[in-house]
Amino acid sequence: MLTRRVIVCLDVRNGQVTKGVKFQGNQDLGDPVEMGRRYYQEGVDELVFYDITASAEKRPIDINMVRSVARNVFIPFSVGGGIRHLDDMREVLLAGAEKVSLNSLAVQNPDIIRAGARAFGRQCIVLGMDAKKSDNPNFPSGYEVYINGGRKAYGLDALEWARKAESLGAGEVCVNSIDADGTKAGYEIELTRKIAEGVEIPVIASGGAGEPEHLVQVFREARADAALVASMVHFGTHSLEEIKARLIAEGIPVRAAVS
Amino acid sequence: MIAIIDYKGGNLTSVQMALSEVGEESVITASPDEIFAADRVVFPGVGAAGAAMEEITRLNLAPVLRQYLDSGRPFLGICVGCQIILEWSLEDDRTPCLGFLPGGTGVFAPSADCKVPHMGWNQVNFVREHPVLAGIPSGSEFYFVHSYFPKPGSDHVIGETGYAGVVFPSIIGKDNLVACQFHAEKSGPVGLRLLKNFASWNGRVDANTDEVARSGGTF
Repeated sequence: MLTRRVIVCLDVRNGQVTKGVKFQGNQDLGDPVEMGRRYYQEGVDELVFYDITASAEKRPIDINMVRSVARNVFIPFSVGGGIRHLDDMREVLLAGAEKVSLNSLAVQNPDIIRAGARAFGRQCIVLGMDAKKSDNPNFPSGYEVYINGGRKAYGLDALEWARKAESLGAGEVCVNSIDADGTKAGYEIELTRKIAEGVEIPVIASGGAGEPEHLVQVFREARADAALVASMVHFGTHSLEEIKARLIAEGIPVRAAVS
Repeated sequence: MIAIIDYKGGNLTSVQMALSEVGEESVITASPDEIFAADRVVFPGVGAAGAAMEEITRLNLAPVLRQYLDSGRPFLGICVGCQIILEWSLEDDRTPCLGFLPGGTGVFAPSADCKVPHMGWNQVNFVREHPVLAGIPSGSEFYFVHSYFPKPGSDHVIGETGYAGVVFPSIIGKDNLVACQFHAEKSGPVGLRLLKNFASWNGRVDANTDEVARSGGTF
């Protein structure tokens, strides 16, 4: 049986893994390659590295970091932030990443999804979507898409955008709730479920995980295919072994943690 | 030396790095001389069968690989490299393939619960012993990304996996040829173990499992 994936997200700024709350007040946590290697050894199913300031600083992603990760981690990993065009995507994939995550760039230039899927295959293209709750009737799903690391509202409905990205060739969508990010109060179930029920590609829930129980909820109630965790493992509050043991105890199929 | 066949079939670097992690030197090449000189061949692949076969034809690799295989040295296919060693693929309007094993490919039918491509970690249940599986428990999870799957005859099935209402062959082989549908290079410790086993395999499948298990080591 295909297992549900537990993915650890490493936000990288100035060569250091960093984590904030609601996209603010970040603190540095360590070297991305070392942290990635440790999570790999502990049995994480997949890793994602976001260069969170590359886009704002208009510089390319740190390709040497991608190469180092690939030499140390023998599971799939995706890379996002600072992807500007097809050549950047090619460079990241050839350096050993399995997938590329497109966020602000795809919102502003949706055709990059189509071009990327055509050149490298759909399975390489992950749509990263930052969304925030909105009462504005212009957003029928109740959620609006933000760009530039959650700094700028884009005036686009979250579900409508996810569907459009799917039709353009996105192979997966990572739904990141700005409201839940770093709060450790649980994933935003309603947002995740709306997207998971509205598209046919796999959905990764992101933002808000603080307890193993939150992963149980998002797999069971929101039909997520994968769940992203950050703070709860970065700060040592919970281990991957503990998270997976809890999921297995609840009858949710996951790959056994490495013992 | 291990030759990783370069036919623009996707991420060869990952395969090379995984081999390096288990202490094996490799060269990425499409040169017949280097392929004939190699102790073993890894035949990876990502993408569509049609495009892969076009590139193999353009590079005139089919007779080179056939001749290598006939020498009895070990050959490992991965992902699309596990499909195009069959006679044909359903993909791209029934593409004729290399025909190293009888059979063709099947395709998953998507449903509400089973998305296609089949992507993620899934169990592989071993249906027969094989030296490349030494020390790996049957039922271990490996990493898959694919919409088509290999369908050789049952004599050539080594491991199986269930998805979307079908049980499909996920490791196949015959004599010195073995191939996995999953990405061994991205399958964590069990994938590395398979690659390590392959690197010490003599290409025979007759009762040498113990020897491979002893020399496979741990990491």
